[in-house]
Amino acid sequence: MKTFKIFGWKFNITPIRICLLAITAISIVVVLIRMITGFGVITNLNDDWPWGLWISFDVLTGVALAGGGYSTALIVNILHRDRYHPIARGALVSSLLGYLLVMAGLFLDIGQWFNFWRPFISWGYSSVLFEVFWCISIYTTIQVLEFGEIVTEKIGQKFHTILKKTMPVLLIIGVIFPTLHQSSLGSLFLIAVHKMHPFWWSPLLPLFFLMSSFFVGAAMICVESTVASKAFHHKVSLNVLSGLAKISGGMMICYLALKVYDLASRNILPLVINGSLEANFLLAEIIIGVIIPIIIVFSRAGKTRKGLFIYGILASTGVVLNRMNVVFTAMAKNNGGYYLPSIWEFTVSVGLIAAGCLVYCFIVENFNIFGHTSHDQEQHRQSYKISA
Amino acid sequence: MKVILIAKAVLVDITKCIGCGSCSVACKLWNDLEFDDSRPTVGVEAQLNDVNWTAVQRHDVQSKDSPQALWRFVKQQCLHCLEPACASACFSKALQRNDSGAVVYYPDLCVGCRYCMIACPFNIPKYEWKKTFPLVTKCQMCSTKTASGEAPACVSVCPTMALKYGERSALLKEARQLVNTNHLYIKEIYGEYEVGGTSWLYISDVPFEQLGFKTDVGTKPLPSYTHNFLKYTPFLAIGWGMFLTGLSFYTKRRNKITSQKQADDDNKETTSRKSESTEETNNENL
Ligand code: SF4
Ligand code: SF4
Ligand code: SF4
Repeated sequence: MKTFKIFGWKFNITPIRICLLAITAISIVVVLIRMITGFGVITNLNDDWPWGLWISFDVLTGVALAGGGYSTALIVNILHRDRYHPIARGALVSSLLGYLLVMAGLFLDIGQWFNFWRPFISWGYSSVLFEVFWCISIYTTIQVLEFGEIVTEKIGQKFHTILKKTMPVLLIIGVIFPTLHQSSLGSLFLIAVHKMHPFWWSPLLPLFFLMSSFFVGAAMICVESTVASKAFHHKVSLNVLSGLAKISGGMMICYLALKVYDLASRNILPLVINGSLEANFLLAEIIIGVIIPIIIVFSRAGKTRKGLFIYGILASTGVVLNRMNVVFTAMAKNNGGYYLPSIWEFTVSVGLIAAGCLVYCFIVENFNIFGHTSHDQEQHRQSYKISA
Repeated sequence: MKVILIAKAVLVDITKCIGCGSCSVACKLWNDLEFDDSRPTVGVEAQLNDVNWTAVQRHDVQSKDSPQALWRFVKQQCLHCLEPACASACFSKALQRNDSGAVVYYPDLCVGCRYCMIACPFNIPKYEWKKTFPLVTKCQMCSTKTASGEAPACVSVCPTMALKYGERSALLKEARQLVNTNHLYIKEIYGEYEVGGTSWLYISDVPFEQLGFKTDVGTKPLPSYTHNFLKYTPFLAIGWGMFLTGLSFYTKRRNKITSQKQADDDNKETTSRKSESTEETNNENL
């Protein structure tokens, strides 16, 4: 590993990061070609499949996986479960990056990208997408401000106190907006009622999207912290992780129960085992992404790092599968036609992730993300010292 | 969105269509669309796309009365729903239903998100996939032409009068009378109630599902599905915000009390003088 120092900023170069840089560079070229030539050359999108990999993965899945930010904020700053404080900053950073990538992905996917600001002026308020658009924009801004509190520890210190004072307000707004748009992303599909398979179209879609984004937050934190502990020698205590996983496991049980109730109330529960393509995809999504993770969390494996890592991977995969199913499997019968993402669409999706990882590494190495304990906690510690 | 009474409509009589394709040519000429032989507008292969705003599809049907082969032509284009899903889905108001009932696309406002394509139950809006700055395309019901009282281009050129333009209520009345008195027709008007009603109405002698019509779309207007969700959002947001604020204060206070209690418990074990002083420090610190 080589470290470069430029104006006090640290840049570490490792073989993996060189790979990531290369992928990012290639995808930037692909993006430029896409911007210049439209969709025909780069993507396999067509009239039967107007939404493809970029919307389903980069946007829908991206927002869900970045849910770690608001679910931790809810647990730490609203419920004041202080023992989870050490992960709050890490979760904020990855969530912010997640949202920035989502915005980038959305930007790529809109045909009239120079017109992206239109909905700020021309209010199509009857559209769910309008709500999603506004909420995501506002929430990203709020996360930037929250992150500003961290940045101003190092540069522009004079703004630090102002930001610190506004934090309580920011944190609450920062939970309201994600709750809204996580569920709105599900409601986007309410209008496609006649085009989707009833396994996935449900009047409860908003709730399903919201709940899954909440529980996948903890799952992503389990994965991230395992990777981060390897890369940055930062270990989140096992206690914190398994506690978090339990909260999310509880939510998963509710989710599963609601899903079964939903299918049963619409009399389509028996269809789940009829062996059709849709049924198999649904079973895969539920078994891999919900049932097995629940078993792991509430068994002995839920108290080991390895178990939690596997739990994290499975639950996140489940959510990825779910969002893909909503966009692809559910619509396959109605849309007909054919769509397989092109190699370039994959390249750009991977490139976005690679860019995200690089920025994440840079931030973690240059700002106080992992070594952070709360102000309250420090005080607690002090008072205990005195009383002891 | 309320239904406007003077809404105009087109009545398509499938029994009269001979599949000549004049309407599709007129449409291309009026709207300045490219002619492309590889993407026909008439026949079995005919399909809507960015240069075919209308297509005359040939359907071979099997009749149970006669063993003879039978075929029908169905002119496809936007149905101009009374409560259009596409317009309610557009987040920048690039699709709007105007006073005469046409659902019109305003390219300047379009962002290119293609949510309208997802929302339309009939898969009508198409996209210019080959262009650098692609737009959505669909039949505009010749809104600029009808504004001056004329019929849409396709209607005015139809040689067999299979298409008829007029007030929706009047056309409906006429159609209803026809299907009820003439035993040739099936007793149904497609578009009368589908997704809350459409401005293009069809009558036929062959059941609609055999002609590629979507017959499972229900009669409930699609925008109501999202409206039922969206109308609660502001209240949910405010209520949720207040709840969170309250919760935040509550848990903070609870933490304070529990930690104080803990401190108190600890103190009991130490001497009284010592505990007094620690309590003070505790209070200050907390
Ligand atoms: S048919 Fe489709 S495109 Fe036409 S008005 Fe209805 S929803 Fe919109
Ligand atoms: S593609 Fe254009 S017209 Fe369609 S919903 Fe998006 S902004 Fe509106
Ligand atoms: S109404 Fe106008 S735009 Fe629509 S199909 Fe007819 S000619 Fe084309």
